[in-house]
Amino acid sequence: MKNFLSTKDLTKEEILNIFDLADTFRELNTRGVKKAPALAGKTVINLFFENSTRTRTSFEIAEKRLSADSINFSVAVSSAQKGETLIDTVHNLESMKADIFVIRHECSGAVKFVADNTPVPVINAGDGLNEHPTQSMLDIYTIRRAKNRLEGLNVTIMGDISHSRVARSNIWAMKTMGMNVRLFGPPTVMPNDVTSFGCKICKNIDEALDDADALIILRIQRERQGELLIPSAREYARFFGVMPHHFVKMKKDSLILHPGPINRGVEISSHAADSDKSAILEQVENGVAIRMAILCMVDKGIKA
Amino acid sequence: MRIALKNGTVVTDKLSVCNLIIDNGKITEITDEVPQTDKEIDCSGKIIVPGLIDMHTHLREPGQEYKETLLSGSEAAVAGGVTTLCCMANANPVTDDSALAAWIVKRGKEIGLADILPYACVTKGMAGKELTEMGILLQSGVCGFSDDGKPIISGEVMRRALEYSKYFGSYIACHEEEPTLSDKGVMHEGAVSANCGLRGIPTEAESVMIARDIELARLTGGRAHICHVSGSRSVELIRRGKADGINITSEVTPNHLTLTDKACADYDTASKVNPPLRAETDRQTLIAALKDGVIDCVASDHAPHHKDDKFMEYDHAAFGMLGLQLLIPLLTAQIHAGAYNWVDFARFTSENPAKILGLTNKGRLNKGFDADITVIDPVTEYIYDEKVNRSKSVNTPFWGKTLKGRAVLTIKNGKTVFEI
Repeated sequence: MKNFLSTKDLTKEEILNIFDLADTFRELNTRGVKKAPALAGKTVINLFFENSTRTRTSFEIAEKRLSADSINFSVAVSSAQKGETLIDTVHNLESMKADIFVIRHECSGAVKFVADNTPVPVINAGDGLNEHPTQSMLDIYTIRRAKNRLEGLNVTIMGDISHSRVARSNIWAMKTMGMNVRLFGPPTVMPNDVTSFGCKICKNIDEALDDADALIILRIQRERQGELLIPSAREYARFFGVMPHHFVKMKKDSLILHPGPINRGVEISSHAADSDKSAILEQVENGVAIRMAILCMVDKGIKA
Repeated sequence: MRIALKNGTVVTDKLSVCNLIIDNGKITEITDEVPQTDKEIDCSGKIIVPGLIDMHTHLREPGQEYKETLLSGSEAAVAGGVTTLCCMANANPVTDDSALAAWIVKRGKEIGLADILPYACVTKGMAGKELTEMGILLQSGVCGFSDDGKPIISGEVMRRALEYSKYFGSYIACHEEEPTLSDKGVMHEGAVSANCGLRGIPTEAESVMIARDIELARLTGGRAHICHVSGSRSVELIRRGKADGINITSEVTPNHLTLTDKACADYDTASKVNPPLRAETDRQTLIAALKDGVIDCVASDHAPHHKDDKFMEYDHAAFGMLGLQLLIPLLTAQIHAGAYNWVDFARFTSENPAKILGLTNKGRLNKGFDADITVIDPVTEYIYDEKVNRSKSVNTPFWGKTLKGRAVLTIKNGKTVFEI
């Protein structure tokens, strides 16, 4: 693949290939010397037009473990603040002979726009409300490692579906993998035409938890969406959060995932985040291996 | 000079293959005979319609001459078969002053291609607060009043605008948008926006304002012309308003009759327009509403933008599409698809706009009317490219696409202003 922009057109086989490659890197990451030469001599630029700590760090570690020279270019120190257009910025970095761009941007479609206008391979590290495909890959990979299968599993994505790129990427990829995706959240943060996703919409949290093999609990970003859509943190916690008393209704082996950073006591109680159902830290660990796999595939231009 | 347009299909209340005679800038005869003339133009296989009257364009001058000028806009107009056009007031400075309005009219005459009828702002500075000098502006040649590009948020201001413009026999052309509902939206809110993660503008952002303005037109007896109707609910409200005898008219753009929100799925900024391209059901409703008269006319909402305003993130790109040279091909496509006939075409693009604008000698191919005439080749295919385009800008989803239906001869006051 030249680019890794979306989970929409990935096939089941392509996703499994990413997972296979991630397995080998996951093993490498447990060794004393965590280094592979795959990207030696290559320059990878992490172009972040929106703040991010964990995704950027995860990519940076992945790049360094593959021996790439990785450069962080973030908006706070960039020319975008001086009025330079997105594509002019990209062309400048191109001229410095970048080999891969990893891009996060606050506008949906902006990463595709760059990919359409540069010969440099592009990895989408999150574009607006649209997609966060590497997060989706690591989520599904984490579920597969725990369950040893994907087909037929019930997964509920809970929270602000409207504004979640994690939700969108997961919906497309999980459906490709034959999983049953259900959605749950306050009506103010469900898309108007949510039925077009082809997922079951849960009426309440009991329905959301019922028979769920995995929960993807989304971060509530009240700082970003304002206070109109979600009246308060305690209101959200009471009606939409995963709280200790829910555990009795949940499947014994159900898995709790969260893309982080978590709001303890809001969308997820500490009891849930720290329980043996939680795979949150494993997600972070797997994220590095998944991103190493995707970096390699994009660099080699191979079919995933 | 006496000119005969020979053997074309002349569109009046019916289609007839005959000869149309022009003399001294007027239509003098429509006849089967072959009278003595100074010049004969063979129009076999061509459709002859009254020159198009486009009630809604943005010509960008003064202020944004890098996008369009009165000259380039006029050239695009006549290449698109348009002989009369209204230009919206949201240039820079906005048209809220009689000197500027008079200058636009005068500049249009100097250019001498199409009549340019400026709209003036409803409110001073287009700020939505105080009414402009409507009487004086009308004397300087404006065709009506509009803050198009911006909604008039205050119901009180709209009420007074309708009341006051009524005194002068004029009207308010309404850009209908409830800004807290459209908010940061960049496309139609629906399945496509949900899927591609672009922020949506619900159809109700338009329809709730239309509902308000229909009620205010009823209250005041003033006349409201609803610009660029895009949604099914809007159509339904206009239908009811008209049935109640309220003084409202409306227009639709050829782009909204042809395209849907699917055009936005790939983040192509050429598809970004306000009001946004709606769902297929809305499009079908618009097509039917135009046929049955709920929507009176087709107007292009020609909105040229430079590449620098479009080649960027979808969220940041300017709203707007070209339209002047798309009226004929996109309506021709509807005719080929069986939705309309050429008599409908002439009604939508000339007769009804002339009525709304109160132009007495235009809008039909009548004996004694101004010889504003467009000859259309309805069948030859062509590519909409830099050879065809006369606008300074290229922002249209139809760029590079093959189209059918095109003006091959445009006559203004008996004078050829465009020909292929």
